[in-house]
Amino acid sequence: MRDVAVVGFAQRQMQDFDGSPTCAELLIPIFAECYEQTGWTKKDVGFWCSGSSDYLAGRSFSFVSAIDAIGVLPPVNESHVEMDAAWALYEAWIKIQTGEVDTALVFGFGKASAGVLRRTLALQLDPYTLTPLWPDTVSIAALQARLGIDAGLWDEAAMAEVVNRSLSDAEKNEYAVRAGGSSVEDLLARPMYADPLRKHDAAPVTDGAAALVLAAGDRAREVRERPAWITGLAHHTDGLHFGTRDLTRSESAARAVAAAGGVDGVDVAELHAPFSHQELILRAELGLDAGVRINPSGGPLAGNPMFTGGAIRIGEAARRIWDGTADKALGHATSGPALQQNLVCVMETTSEGTGN
Amino acid sequence: MGKMPAAVIGVGQTHHRAKREDVSMAGLCREAMDRALEDAGMTLEEIDAIVVGKAPDLFEGVMMPELYLAEALGAAGKPLLRVHTAGSVGGSTAIVASSLVQAGVHKRVLTVAFEKQSESNAMWALSVPVPFVMPVHAGAGGYFAPHVRSYIRRSGAPTHVGAIVAAKDRTNALKNPYAHLREEKTVEMVLASQMLWDPIRYEETCPSSDGACALVIVDEDVAKSSPNPAWIHGTVMRSEPTTAAERDQVNPQAGREAAAALWKQAGITSPIDEIDAAEIYVPFSWFEPMWLENLGFAAEGDGWKLTEAGETAMDGRIPVNCSGGVLSSNPIGASGMLRFGEAALQVRGAAGEHQVDGARRALGHAYGGGSQFFAMWVVGAEKPTS
Amino acid sequence: MSRTLSAPVTVAFDYTRSVGPVLGRFLTGLRDGHFIGARLSDGRVVVPPPEFDPVTHQATADFVDLPETGTVTSWTWVSEPVAGQPFDRPFAFALVTLDGATSPILHAVDVTSAAEVSTGMRVRARWAAERTGAITDVVFVPDALGVPTSEVEAAAQPARSLEQLTGIVTPVSLDYTYAASPEESAFFQGLSEGRILGQRCPACEKVYVPPRPACPVDGVPTVEEIELPDVGTVTTFCIVNVPFLGQKITPPYVSAYILLDGADIALQHLILEIPVEEVRMGLRVKAVWKPREEWGTTIENISHFAPTGEPDADFDTYKHHL
Repeated sequence: MRDVAVVGFAQRQMQDFDGSPTCAELLIPIFAECYEQTGWTKKDVGFWCSGSSDYLAGRSFSFVSAIDAIGVLPPVNESHVEMDAAWALYEAWIKIQTGEVDTALVFGFGKASAGVLRRTLALQLDPYTLTPLWPDTVSIAALQARLGIDAGLWDEAAMAEVVNRSLSDAEKNEYAVRAGGSSVEDLLARPMYADPLRKHDAAPVTDGAAALVLAAGDRAREVRERPAWITGLAHHTDGLHFGTRDLTRSESAARAVAAAGGVDGVDVAELHAPFSHQELILRAELGLDAGVRINPSGGPLAGNPMFTGGAIRIGEAARRIWDGTADKALGHATSGPALQQNLVCVMETTSEGTGN
Repeated sequence: MGKMPAAVIGVGQTHHRAKREDVSMAGLCREAMDRALEDAGMTLEEIDAIVVGKAPDLFEGVMMPELYLAEALGAAGKPLLRVHTAGSVGGSTAIVASSLVQAGVHKRVLTVAFEKQSESNAMWALSVPVPFVMPVHAGAGGYFAPHVRSYIRRSGAPTHVGAIVAAKDRTNALKNPYAHLREEKTVEMVLASQMLWDPIRYEETCPSSDGACALVIVDEDVAKSSPNPAWIHGTVMRSEPTTAAERDQVNPQAGREAAAALWKQAGITSPIDEIDAAEIYVPFSWFEPMWLENLGFAAEGDGWKLTEAGETAMDGRIPVNCSGGVLSSNPIGASGMLRFGEAALQVRGAAGEHQVDGARRALGHAYGGGSQFFAMWVVGAEKPTS
Repeated sequence: MSRTLSAPVTVAFDYTRSVGPVLGRFLTGLRDGHFIGARLSDGRVVVPPPEFDPVTHQATADFVDLPETGTVTSWTWVSEPVAGQPFDRPFAFALVTLDGATSPILHAVDVTSAAEVSTGMRVRARWAAERTGAITDVVFVPDALGVPTSEVEAAAQPARSLEQLTGIVTPVSLDYTYAASPEESAFFQGLSEGRILGQRCPACEKVYVPPRPACPVDGVPTVEEIELPDVGTVTTFCIVNVPFLGQKITPPYVSAYILLDGADIALQHLILEIPVEEVRMGLRVKAVWKPREEWGTTIENISHFAPTGEPDADFDTYKHHL
């Protein structure tokens, strides 16, 4: 495999983006930041790949005009996934692995506030036997949370601890849309929203966009002293059917981390858990012990722009490698209801051991 | 580092119809997938990863349907990707699937693209009203018709060339048991049909279909098990804006540059001499001469001359859309993959009645959006030398 | 104050879903008032039946009739229901494992407070009087409520349809707030004052109308405002003879690209006041505005374009806009 590193990352998160659902105006300054970090121009980018959703925007082909933000004449080598941009990163990494290109810029965008997010996401369910009931995402997560509580796998206090740590860390994140830790006792005293979930157990509805820059070999070394070399990148999915899947687990997360080479030596993990109990599931499935720093950015409970939230986790993890606070970091992304689909990206200060 | 060799060893498609009322979305996909797997002599268990492609989710009213379909498609327990690049998506999806093999990450990849257009109405899904603006162009035909007029004006093509294409493709479809429209058409019948979006007539437009296409793409090792692999000689994707000042909408730069890069990758210097069969995305008949020029089969302004001279017929110099093409079957999300799959069938000698004798190299082509997203591949009977 | 214009949009369609043999069997059962599950290759009994076996990938073929009673294995309280849910007041969603099934079905339980639902509680199906063969034909109620025996018996031996259901209609209606970009918003505001505002890209210096959040060539916002005349040239067009959903004008009519004088990109609009067969490339046209009192922040303030009577523009003056 070729040595490929994350060498650039820029993001914006906000509660209500005052702009169009294509988010072109949001992407322009993000691309500019990526160029500033890398010293590149758009001509240095070999491949572009984005992630977004038509149903978030409420119209077909909503991604089509987002590429205007790149400036696409002359034409570019470009693709799009109807998934979180973390999977766009996967497609771009594959493209670099084929040898066709050496660099890529990956981006995602979404204006979740344009609709009623938890209702819109009911369209991800089985259209014959589930969507007609409009089970909202928060309800589905709550059913999952109670299964774990009833099985003694976690409790409300453990969930509140996740929230408290996340919102405390979010105080240092300028992009957080929700921040401010208190205490487990205080959090548990707040009212139920979707029993056993309180409002703080769910990620806030967030608008935003983000971009990540990938480069191979010397192209990466030219950009940064400590590129975040990708030493493991894999994703897996489970079925959606709630009857045939153990909702207290995320087998696809376990398979993804195994395929990415495991977590030995990981200092920092950024986990894309849109609900507090899902972080507990992920920590168990990924095999992250108490010594691993989880979500120093505040994580998705502080801000979770749809179709970008996963990519942001990878960017936040990469930043820890660049600034020397971690030697090995893990970024995780999820997609679909109740942790159905999961991606794991392991990054290190050196690319040794990747079989080059 | 070069790409690892990759080959198509399984091609499957559904019987395309206006309404496939006998199957669900999962059933539609599995019909194509099971045929592709049977063709490849493989089972779903042996597949490493699944790549799904389809056009806008509003067509079926399901957000990211690959999520609920994961189990039925055999993707549970595997990596699953969903590609969406507008009308070119079937082609882009095949390219993403092949790149998983070419990168050396997977050995056996199954890709499926589908559209179940009868769940809604394509014209509705494509033109959900946007506040402050006014819908004027009446669907895809209305969008592309002015550009066809521009082509006719720029090239000086006689106005019956579009009808020649439509009659040829519809007649070719008689040889394709999977095609949606299977009716003999003459140039006169096409010319006599209603003018819908002048200069585009009813018989010069694609149908709206339910359908799916699936491919099994494997590495060099696995390809040894196949008697007739279609080797991938080149893949290209290029994009440009929908609208831009002075953008050439008749002969888009992205298409020209994609074709040039494709021929270079495949070691082709004279496409018309070296390509034996072409499956080109022609949803409105006039796009055949337009794309012949854009792809470099003819000089700018000369594409219609090939069509008029019969050179794009099955026995012509460059047979185009022997399967009947998009004009005969158009499950939008799958239409591009059908072009890619039909190209593979040609070089595998497996195209049945619409086989071009001795085809060794074939083009699969797809485009989408406002003639702005392009995806193409060249497949060959021989393993590429470099 | 918002820098953008916004307006509500509803994206609604009644989807016609063909359901195939497996879901057809399940939904037909619902119409008849009973649950049909599947026995999978690994012995699990699952409802609704998966269309394909998760292990063998074969189409599901072994169907099992299930009773209408079961146990809540998880639940949540929907304190703020969203449109389309089984109840428009707070209710419970639950995972209910029907007696004899090995895994649960997600559905609603009709209770009036969270205190009335718990894990392990017994529930029973309550069938709608009028059933169509949809998951909405049923909800669950606490079994302790004591559904009258006659009703239980009637439901226990429902009539079986001979004809299996092959399709259902599932309405999907979503409400969005659509916002135009700040640049487009300025354009629509200008229209409300009877002005056509373009903007020049600072990099390529082309004049865009409407202005753009990103110049598609340079990837920067268009900035310098340019007021354009309402006169221009038809570059190309089509004659629309086909009716379509949402159409506001009766065919035939001409939809055209109009290159306003001073702009570098054409606008799309209608050409009227001329027989459709006389419309041609190069035709000079002028905007016909609606009466001022009808103006809003929309391109529809311009009713259409009509010929000016000037000589046609020379092909060379607009051929690079095709």
